[in-house]
Amino acid sequence: MSATQLAAASNAAVYASMVTLTFAMVSFAISFASGRRRVAVVAPVPHQMNSSGSTAVLTRSAGGTPTNDQTGIRSANIGMSLTWLGFVVLLAGVVLRGVWAGRVPWGNMYEFSITSALGILGVFLLISLRRDVRWLGLFIVIPALLTLGLAVTVLYTEAAQLVPALKSYWLIIHVSAAIICAGAFTLAASTAGLALVQSRAERRGKSGLARVPSAEKLRTLTYRVLAFAFPLWTFAVVAGAIWAENAWGRYWGWDPKETWAFITWVIYAAYLHARSTVGWRGDRASWVAIAGWAAFIINYFGVNIFINSLHSYSGV
Amino acid sequence: MSKQELILPPMGALGFVRYTWRQLTSMKTALILLFLLAIASVPGSIFPQRGNNPLRVNEWIADSPVSGPIFDALGFFDVYSSPWFAAVYLLLFISLIGCVLPRTKVHWRAMFAPPPPAPRNLLRLPESMSFEASASADEVLARGRKYLSDKRWRLLVAENSVAAEKGYLRETGNLLFHFSLILILVAIALGGLLGWKGNVIVRTGQGFSNTLTQYDAWGGGRFTGASRLSPFSFTLDKFNVEFERSEAQRGAPKLFEADVTYRRVPGADAENVRIEVNTPLEIDGAKVFLVGHGYAPHFVVRDAGGEITFDDNVVFLPQDGNFTSTGVVKIPDSDPQLGFQGIFVPTAASNNLRGPISIFPGPDDPAVFMSAWRGDMGLDSGAPQSVYRLDTAAMEQIGIVALRQGQTWTLPDGSGSIAFTGFERWASFQIAFDPGKEIALLGAVLAITGLLLTLFIRRRRVWITATTNTEGVTVVNLAGLARIESADLPGELQLLCSVVSDLPDTASARSTDEMREQK
Repeated sequence: MSATQLAAASNAAVYASMVTLTFAMVSFAISFASGRRRVAVVAPVPHQMNSSGSTAVLTRSAGGTPTNDQTGIRSANIGMSLTWLGFVVLLAGVVLRGVWAGRVPWGNMYEFSITSALGILGVFLLISLRRDVRWLGLFIVIPALLTLGLAVTVLYTEAAQLVPALKSYWLIIHVSAAIICAGAFTLAASTAGLALVQSRAERRGKSGLARVPSAEKLRTLTYRVLAFAFPLWTFAVVAGAIWAENAWGRYWGWDPKETWAFITWVIYAAYLHARSTVGWRGDRASWVAIAGWAAFIINYFGVNIFINSLHSYSGV
Repeated sequence: MSKQELILPPMGALGFVRYTWRQLTSMKTALILLFLLAIASVPGSIFPQRGNNPLRVNEWIADSPVSGPIFDALGFFDVYSSPWFAAVYLLLFISLIGCVLPRTKVHWRAMFAPPPPAPRNLLRLPESMSFEASASADEVLARGRKYLSDKRWRLLVAENSVAAEKGYLRETGNLLFHFSLILILVAIALGGLLGWKGNVIVRTGQGFSNTLTQYDAWGGGRFTGASRLSPFSFTLDKFNVEFERSEAQRGAPKLFEADVTYRRVPGADAENVRIEVNTPLEIDGAKVFLVGHGYAPHFVVRDAGGEITFDDNVVFLPQDGNFTSTGVVKIPDSDPQLGFQGIFVPTAASNNLRGPISIFPGPDDPAVFMSAWRGDMGLDSGAPQSVYRLDTAAMEQIGIVALRQGQTWTLPDGSGSIAFTGFERWASFQIAFDPGKEIALLGAVLAITGLLLTLFIRRRRVWITATTNTEGVTVVNLAGLARIESADLPGELQLLCSVVSDLPDTASARSTDEMREQK
């Protein structure tokens, strides 16, 4: 294939995966909405409302309309299949981009963004192999689609050679770790946000979002994901420091990118401490997890575009 | 509740110290300090920092004469060396030490202590099971003991029970992580006290020797003397640079590399080496990094009588990605003093509408825009002057002109001429010595190891009791407890169940959940 054909194929794959993911999003949304309706139907039954805890939810779903339930499960399954398809097509797009550029496809913000979307979907699909997280699909596909949308509209850059500062094997080590963290942080922010919604509903004695696990289960999942991501993020920062030492002569220089990586690290460290502090375990810890993700996003978009940093490789 | 007044004993000085210490080392304080650390770091990414960009700091303060000095006094331009930032991280580290030391003591004791004995009613624990075994109680316990000790559990064996605990490495990892952070802080301090860092601009064909006077900027720690600089020297033989010419990312650098000849000590054999962005040159622990480059146009200045008063290359500093560069030429010995402000553009814009701005970083169409000044350039005041700036306060402008390579400009007032005869490249190097960096790396590696241990190892206990009931049947109770909800614990118990009952499957065993449901 010629360079032009490779470029066209890569872009086509990215667009195709966006279409696929849009359908996945619609499927997940139908599943989500059908669950809500089911709760609405059941809600007027008063004596069942008095019982609290997970048993109450079980009783109610037994009394729900079966058609809605089946629709919900079926469309969630369709959503999962479409997410897998979108992932594979996007993977092809990213690989073709790399072949076109003749290097790892992480040379500018467009390339980093499409790979991050891949990371978000990848972490989600990996977890889906081990446990049922279909209820999370909607909250994963939406950020992935937003990332891709920004990538193709605002951040799009033609492939070019790497600038000399990026010509190092540390690019592969440092950036791949950061991309996996992007996926894990996004997923954890989604589950932390859902935990807040559920916990609010639980405090008011309502059942909360249908098919979505209890606040406590969501918090445990958030913790698991962040317990995996935090050492990896530490590694990404350390790898960046080693690279910086090699390229700029110091391992830490408080460049804005480094500063925000540090802030992200400190907030997630605070999250892990909050998990074992009385009075912080619940909603507060969820907020901290969301704050960590916000710092990560500020580092990615804010620092790359608005702040003059040594890490300005955005190509925008 | 009765309205009884709570009478507290007087606290006393020692009590107050103890109280403060307890507060400082509590987890909540640590949390708050972590948030403070995150927030305190933010201004450093918004305000320009002296350590990274002193010129922009000066511009910032000059642009806002009211708020600039206030922010400066508050340390917003030196956030990471400001007292309030130091206060936050020092308090955090004190809190950390105060938390970790007692925990180390507790953990040390726990490592040599046997696990706690089996609670009286095992079946009350959240993970438990009860079943009947065909083997005798002693046999069951012996099997359990062997299995657990083979799997390296810590054991406490009693008459008809076995208690076991595993996962001590979790706390070991936790402590290792926190001690590693202290190690990293020590390494940073060491680098700050003993290390040094300097910047120098070297023109092609010129040399550099590692002494303080040769640096354009140099900073060293408290215990770094100029005498400690290793006496190496190098010459910049050639500087290669290439820029992207295709439409995509036009002008982005593709390559820059400096070919240098260096000597470790004066009189040593000369060695040739190529310094690139990601490949520094290392000499005696000091590293020479290529950090930037630019142009040094060559000028010849003559006085009214045609005598050459200046004939050299002048380093111009790049102002944008296309290397629109500025610099000055000073002729202090002429009377009155003569000075030139210049803008060098490697590729001049074809239409002059955009002014003196370069449109490509490579030297496709080099030109200089010169502005000549006459008068007193203020050298006599004794204040140190930048070689990149001309103080035109007491000078008058003679004229402005654009020159292509080879062109000469005869000054309109007849005081002489200036010719733009060519250009050279220069490279800027950062030379750094940081004796703490290996220790910092060690700290980072240990920290990650500790994190992995503490986040992935689960500390858990299991108990086995086996008794023979009145009918002569062995009743076995198993229970497990994990500090943090563990998905593996039920599986571990199932495994243990099949081992002690010596059955390939555990269909006969009923977990507590099933039993509860049947009730």
